[in-house]
Amino acid sequence: MTRRNLRLADRGRLDRSQPIRFIFNGRTYYGYKGDTLASALIANGVALVGRSFKYHRPRGIMTAGSEEPNGLVQLGQGARTEPNIRATQIELYDGLVAASQNCWPSVGFDLGATNNLLSRFFPAGFYYKTFMWPASFWMKYEYFIRRAAGLGKAPGEPDPDRYDKTYAHCDVLVAGGGPAGIAAALAAARAGARVVLADEQAEFGGQLLHSRSEEIAGRPAVDWVAAAVAELSTMPEVTLLRRTTAFAYQDHNFVELVERVTDHLGPGADGPRQRYWRLRARQVVLAAGAIERPLVFADNDRPGIMLASAGRAYANRYGVAVGDKVLVFTGNDSAYRAALDLAEAGTAIAAIVDLRPDAGGPLVAEARGKGIEVLAAHAVTATRGSARLEGVTVMPLNAAGDGVTGGGRQIACDALLMSGGWNPAIHLFSHNRGKLRFDERVQSFVPGEPVRGCHTAGAMNGAFETADCLAQGFAAGRKAASEAGASGEAGSVPTVTRAEPAESPDRVLWIVPSDKPLGEGGKHFVDHQNDVTAADVALAHREGYRSVEHLKRYTTMGMGTDQGKTSNVNALAIMAALRDRQIPEVGHTTFRPPFAPVTIGAFSGHDKGDLFDPIRKTPMHGWHEKTGAPFEDVGQWKRAWYYPKPGEDMHAAVAREVKAVRAGVGIVDASTLGKIDIKGSDAARLLNMVYTNAWSKLEIGRCRYGLMCGEDGMVFDDGVTTRLGEQHFLMSTTTGNAARVLGWLEEWLQCEWPDWQVHCTSVTEQFATVGLNGPMARKLLAELTDDIPLDDAAFPFMSIREGHVAGIAARVMRISFTGELTFEINVAASYGLALWEALMAAGEKYGITPYGTEAMHVLRAEKGFIIVGQETDGTQTPQDLDMAWIVSKQKPDHLGKRSFLRTDTARPDRKHLVGLLTENPSEVIPEGGQVVAELKNQPPMTMLGHVTSSYYSPNVGRSIAMAVVKNGRNRMGDTVYVPLVDRVIRAKVTEPRFFDLEGARLNG
Amino acid sequence: MVESYRRRSPLASFGLPARAAAQSPEAVADADLQLGERPHRCQINLRGNPQDGRFLEAVRNAAGLALPTEPNRVAAAGELKALWLGPDEWLILGPGGRETELVGTLARGLQGQHAGATDVSEARTWILVAGGRARALLARGIPLDLHPREFRPGHCAQTGLAGANIILQQTDDRPSYEIGVTNSFADHLWHWLERGAIDYRVAISV
Repeated sequence: MTRRNLRLADRGRLDRSQPIRFIFNGRTYYGYKGDTLASALIANGVALVGRSFKYHRPRGIMTAGSEEPNGLVQLGQGARTEPNIRATQIELYDGLVAASQNCWPSVGFDLGATNNLLSRFFPAGFYYKTFMWPASFWMKYEYFIRRAAGLGKAPGEPDPDRYDKTYAHCDVLVAGGGPAGIAAALAAARAGARVVLADEQAEFGGQLLHSRSEEIAGRPAVDWVAAAVAELSTMPEVTLLRRTTAFAYQDHNFVELVERVTDHLGPGADGPRQRYWRLRARQVVLAAGAIERPLVFADNDRPGIMLASAGRAYANRYGVAVGDKVLVFTGNDSAYRAALDLAEAGTAIAAIVDLRPDAGGPLVAEARGKGIEVLAAHAVTATRGSARLEGVTVMPLNAAGDGVTGGGRQIACDALLMSGGWNPAIHLFSHNRGKLRFDERVQSFVPGEPVRGCHTAGAMNGAFETADCLAQGFAAGRKAASEAGASGEAGSVPTVTRAEPAESPDRVLWIVPSDKPLGEGGKHFVDHQNDVTAADVALAHREGYRSVEHLKRYTTMGMGTDQGKTSNVNALAIMAALRDRQIPEVGHTTFRPPFAPVTIGAFSGHDKGDLFDPIRKTPMHGWHEKTGAPFEDVGQWKRAWYYPKPGEDMHAAVAREVKAVRAGVGIVDASTLGKIDIKGSDAARLLNMVYTNAWSKLEIGRCRYGLMCGEDGMVFDDGVTTRLGEQHFLMSTTTGNAARVLGWLEEWLQCEWPDWQVHCTSVTEQFATVGLNGPMARKLLAELTDDIPLDDAAFPFMSIREGHVAGIAARVMRISFTGELTFEINVAASYGLALWEALMAAGEKYGITPYGTEAMHVLRAEKGFIIVGQETDGTQTPQDLDMAWIVSKQKPDHLGKRSFLRTDTARPDRKHLVGLLTENPSEVIPEGGQVVAELKNQPPMTMLGHVTSSYYSPNVGRSIAMAVVKNGRNRMGDTVYVPLVDRVIRAKVTEPRFFDLEGARLNG
Repeated sequence: MVESYRRRSPLASFGLPARAAAQSPEAVADADLQLGERPHRCQINLRGNPQDGRFLEAVRNAAGLALPTEPNRVAAAGELKALWLGPDEWLILGPGGRETELVGTLARGLQGQHAGATDVSEARTWILVAGGRARALLARGIPLDLHPREFRPGHCAQTGLAGANIILQQTDDRPSYEIGVTNSFADHLWHWLERGAIDYRVAISV
């Protein structure tokens, strides 16, 4: 490959004092600061940039913006590599490394290109037709299809970069920083509004950045842009966001944007790589501009074929000629500007091929005047060249424009600039449910009915003249500011003092005819990224996929990373013609966010790793951590799981802990349990309704266990509630349900019983709670309190006393989740660690043993105490759990009561909670194991239920398990089976209680 | 009575006083963000009906405060503040140590009314976020508009930050914000704030 230099000497907004080295496909090149990767590649004569998705056809850069369908590269290396990045948006930085995608072994010699030769076997809908049968093979097919598609590679290592995300608010968001957007921002900001102006490019100015002759307010357009931006940047309430894409416009003017903060500086730059903005705007001005429409002609995809506006941008903004000999193919005047600018810069213009028979007007005259050959009523019917365009065939069009009259003429050229007109960029408007209207003049969709709080201006309205952009933008900005409440003096509309020549009408041919039938010979590409041709659209039509939504899915048109920015309107128009309908009758597909792909990292910001979700810690957390306890996640809480001694595994540690509790004294951190303070004259009434048992007669100072049911009669929480005063209770909830129970109480109080006099306040975090369990608990506690009598008579089971423990003010309750003598000590949260340490120190001589959640689970299972969420899954009534004793028969009502009468709920053979004792006492059934009565050689078998809890219990001396089993209470003594993958466990159905059945240990 | 050194704030493990002491005066002067913990405050959750004159009167007698009835506003009197939390709910905030006496006075004053005072002093710590970058840092996680046109000293709000429910109040125009967060989330929130402030010059304020 010979090196070429297509730089234009005195053009462009580059800093030529700063050459930049970069590597593309392993080869070193140079560009300048201000280049994009695309402009630098073009400058170096690199036309072949990648291979297409389906046919692996050679492709080059087609556009100069975010609509680029072809020039997608793999950017960066190692953990920082990123696929599918548009070369047109990559600002060049020193050391940049990029490579072509979708080719192997190289972009020049690609084995996948055989797909192109076989393309007649890969029509639209090929995958649907070919890989449908047998259905079970789809997974295998998919693997190969995905490999063959191979659009870039995802990094295999964690992303080393930092991302940021932020909320933001403003009065007026202006999306798009071209003439309309800048004018809107000026008007709104001067009126006093808080303004955010965002543009996806590195510089504000949009099309003005490559306008050479226009003058605004008496100075060159680019100078006016600079002055306007300077004015905006001095205003404290204006935020200017460059390199920022508004990618989603949600309800209520919530707009998501992504700012590429340091991408243009290369890897390892200071600061976050990107910032994700979640912005709420009172008013939105969309000034998103327009995207030029490619012409659909035969083999319109060769490297070197570009949009005319891109050719102009490369010349005027980036100082690059797109070729040495450029052919322009157009149906409108705007492409003439590119031809004229290139000619002025000294680039040869091979010809201007114009679809219009009556090509006239000042621009055409100027071209002819400059000696450029203009071929009116002509079309490009074929192109030549592989790695780069070499030439085209041009033929005269017939009068109708649906055929050619023959007599092809060969014209040599190494670049072709095409223009089929302009499509307003209505994507964001459409995200927000904005209705579109087909505009006959621009032959494309424009915003229709205005959306509340949203204004549109400039080219996206189909207003392509700079003066109109400025006027519409300024008016929109002023209106938006005023509707947001800012009504200061905005000054007057910036005026165009020297305009570009006016344009004469376009001729639109949705398919440019050639001398061969469609689909034979050349390919008329509609969607360059997904390799969808005009012939594919015709095939979809023939096969009945005529709705635009069917067309899209059948051909994959518009489904690439570019979301069909350059292809949608052409495809719709072609389908409309095939159906002999008008375009608005055919309609358009739905535009959905994101407007352009967004890196996942930007969404997470710094909410990743340990910050992904809150980690809740108890006041004693540090002690558990220091002791080496692993933690169990209970909701967002970290609870100590077990406390291994040196050399102990989990099994050994738990076995030691559960024995110690029953033999001496164990200490557990129970601070995570929910606590709700309930006050008011209707407090007992509330408890009577939310719990299944009766509360009115509970004495002050006494505690009671309660089960809560939903209206469906199913258990959803349990806990002990204590009466602190006549109208004052302290409710405890399970750890995971604390917030849900408070919400449940509030829901009933606020929605159903608003006249009840009760207030509920969460006090979970007010207290640190320590459970002291075991026969030695009383002796130990006695050493640390002198104002709480601990004997059974003075401090009976299920009561509360207040006093001091270790000198700390404490509420002590005698409740038990282990079946042992238990004192639950509650102190102010900030003294939790002090209490814990005091108990550990004083308890040393009693062998005090800290135990975690695992030992707690074993201990309670020995006693048959349920854990809501483990024994229950929202389908258990109290009766199912063998807890009918806790359901009051006297109370007139409680939540769930009525549901107990439902036939299904009252049925005697529901799944009941039972115990399971394995035949082999040392065998522990895996939790979740399915219980069957009749064993078969292989599934399916009739499943009776499942094992909910299962442990080895050193205190019982064997394994124990609880299970919910269909009709379980009537199966006592039966043998059931738990079939596993490698063995079957036989077990006997028992009562769900295994230890201290008479409850003698409660009092120590 | 237990010695106060045995008392630990939720952020005690971060050693903030020691970090603050180790800062150079230049670093403190140069900082664009101050972070700090303001623990162990008197905090009383107050419930009652603001349409009931007896309720407002009882609170005024007990705490010397006129409760704010405009949503998300703070009323101050002497060393006490009342933060509006809901149509019938406020947080009385004051220096630590006053809670027992105050909750008792309030309870006595409110006797016979459908109103209640609950001591929640121990449930929550407060984190100071102040200085030129405070607004930008908080905007990373708080969906509310903290622009001075919208949120000023004397304003408060209950919102979410880093997955935690918080009470936010602005205390001055520097701007200084105080974030009330329940103990168990404090560790996580502090990590989040420090990580979010990685591009700023942070001073620890005690």
